Amino acid sequence: MLEIKNLQARVEEKQILNGINLIVKPGEVHAIMGPNGSGKSTLASVLAGREEYEVTGGEVLFKGQDLLEMSPEDRARKGLFLAFQYPVEIPGVTNANFLKTALNEIRKANGLPSLDSKEFLQLMKEKMKLVEMDKAMTQRSVNEGFSGGEKKRNEVFQMAMLEPALAVLDETDSGLDIDALRIVANGVNALRNKERSFVVITHYQRLLDYIVPDYVHVLYKGRIVKSGTKELALELEEKGYDWIKEENGVHI
Amino acid sequence: MSEDQKIITEVTESDYKWGFISDIESDQAPKGLNEEVIRFISLKKKEPSWLLEWRLKAYRHWLTMEEPTWPNVHYPKIDFNDIIYYSAPKAKPVLNSLDELDPEIKATFDKLGISLEEQKRLSGVAVDAVIDSVSVKTTFREALGELGIIFCSFSEAVQEHPELVKQYIGSVVPSTDNYYAALNSAVFSDGSFCYIPKGVRCPMELSTYFRINSAGTGQFERTLIVAEEGAYVSYLEGCTAPMRDENQLHAAVVEIYAHQDAQVKYSTVQNWYPGDKEGKGGIYNFVTKRGLCYGKHSKISWTQVETGSAITWKYPSVILKGDHSIGEFYSVAVTNNFQQADTGTKMIHLGKNTRSTIISKGISGGKSQNSYRGLVRISRKADQARNFSQCDSLLLGDKCGAHTFPYLEVNNKTAIVEHEATTSKVGEDQIFYCNQRGISTEDAVGLIVNGYCKEVFNQLPMEFAVEAQKLLAISLEGSVG
Repeated sequence: MLEIKNLQARVEEKQILNGINLIVKPGEVHAIMGPNGSGKSTLASVLAGREEYEVTGGEVLFKGQDLLEMSPEDRARKGLFLAFQYPVEIPGVTNANFLKTALNEIRKANGLPSLDSKEFLQLMKEKMKLVEMDKAMTQRSVNEGFSGGEKKRNEVFQMAMLEPALAVLDETDSGLDIDALRIVANGVNALRNKERSFVVITHYQRLLDYIVPDYVHVLYKGRIVKSGTKELALELEEKGYDWIKEENGVHI
Repeated sequence: MSEDQKIITEVTESDYKWGFISDIESDQAPKGLNEEVIRFISLKKKEPSWLLEWRLKAYRHWLTMEEPTWPNVHYPKIDFNDIIYYSAPKAKPVLNSLDELDPEIKATFDKLGISLEEQKRLSGVAVDAVIDSVSVKTTFREALGELGIIFCSFSEAVQEHPELVKQYIGSVVPSTDNYYAALNSAVFSDGSFCYIPKGVRCPMELSTYFRINSAGTGQFERTLIVAEEGAYVSYLEGCTAPMRDENQLHAAVVEIYAHQDAQVKYSTVQNWYPGDKEGKGGIYNFVTKRGLCYGKHSKISWTQVETGSAITWKYPSVILKGDHSIGEFYSVAVTNNFQQADTGTKMIHLGKNTRSTIISKGISGGKSQNSYRGLVRISRKADQARNFSQCDSLLLGDKCGAHTFPYLEVNNKTAIVEHEATTSKVGEDQIFYCNQRGISTEDAVGLIVNGYCKEVFNQLPMEFAVEAQKLLAISLEGSVG
């Protein structure tokens, strides 16, 4: 599904990713953890194709194709989804209209016919249940005036609607209270299947109690310095990141 | 230039899609402006002598006036003797059905996508179409006639309802009002006339379609709408013009007169040729539009979507004379490339408990300049008058300008006047967010801008709103590399 080889990237003059290697197979859930400033969100942005992030080396294959060559919209149309850490507001554009445009663009690119209004509403109704979303939210402007929790829930709702092959969740748990966290995690879990892969970026272990990962990686100073299973996340929760820093700090 | 800026530049530099010239034989006045030309026009139109006198009076006054220089627009001085003031397509004098319409004219409408037949059959919109100067066809006249509604070309109104024309012409925009209104009063060639009798609610949207056709002609049309006590009408005006190198002048006058409890809703979608990417050619659109809420509880709403013209100079206004009368102005003005727009409104509160609302959305791209200019005047006797103004500017790229010139004159302590203004840019974040959901940058800009204009589009009649959205998308269209 996703193969990252020695990926290096910078923002402006600052080198942030220093050679990331990661293989995500279909159906797997990988958690990426790490202290602040370790490069977690940069990795998400580079995968989605945000322009300010310049790739300085390495390679990324998505479904066997060169991901870095593709425009952001082509990546999305091929099935890469990013749940934003800070979802953007688009005043005057309803959630429903936005999603219908997005969904039909993706369908068109994949040779599928557009959904008409009736089919689209039916699909929306079905997917709203996954994140316990109120119908009124679909008629509100995209993220405008949404609370932090509503925005995150809306990201997962969009993911459910667009049914990506690979979803990257960038700190989707930040700013959520325990109930909202449960709802968001349930939504993600409902979308897990043998084909779909997830890269879950988080600062805290808490989310991983709900979304149980197959693998956990620790990112530090732009490199994956430790990989393991879900037990690694528990160990981090208990000991903090300091021992990782001590193990690696001197070498970089 | 960053990638985003490059994309925005491409997206905002689109070509004009209505630039074709119709080959219709036309009957023209000699070039230039003098009393002879005015007599020629008046004679051509078989006008009564009072109207010729009215025109001449306006012309003589115009000669004493100075071209205004206060708008925030720049253009070379206009040579008023280098313009043809009258150009009529040679059509059969009387048309009983659409089949008799000049096939060239019909083809023009078809290219514009406003086939009369189509409109007649599908949308139930009555259309009074004006090509250059003479109104060529009015549909649905009979159906409206049964209700006592008069909807015809201005020239016909002069012949058939001279008493109404005489009573109301110049009653809202006097012939001496301003430089371009005076010019229009002297040389106007045609336009539309609409009269809704007492207590009648016009059952369909009335529509005119203006199009400047012959090279070197100015278009000086005049529209007069009168709504008697308790009457209601929704009026639509659409405009396009073919592509030409030289600048063409368009100086129209629209007058609306609303009696007690009457309501008039006037919507415009203006798409005159804006000039090319280097700023060559395009229409100078210097228009005076004004409504008078004469009676108590009357209401006049202006809704405009302005995407065309090289220069737009236009302030649809409402004089709130009747107590409890309401004035509204909803505007979207898009400027691109080298376009300049100085547009806004005037709300003059004279009566008690009068209310006005102003919602203005300016969108500038390319190297264009977009100004909002609005006056809210609360007179001494206008107790409890209220105004709310909201002026938003959206910038696409970093070479365009947005300006806001609000004027407030409040002479009554009980008045409440509110003004809000914002300026924003289409954010790279917003575009990236759309991209990440599979939406191309071009479509993303269209989506974001349409969302931004929603408050105004909501005021347009349904079929016009769809057209406005398409127009907006086209004005912002371009290939994304």
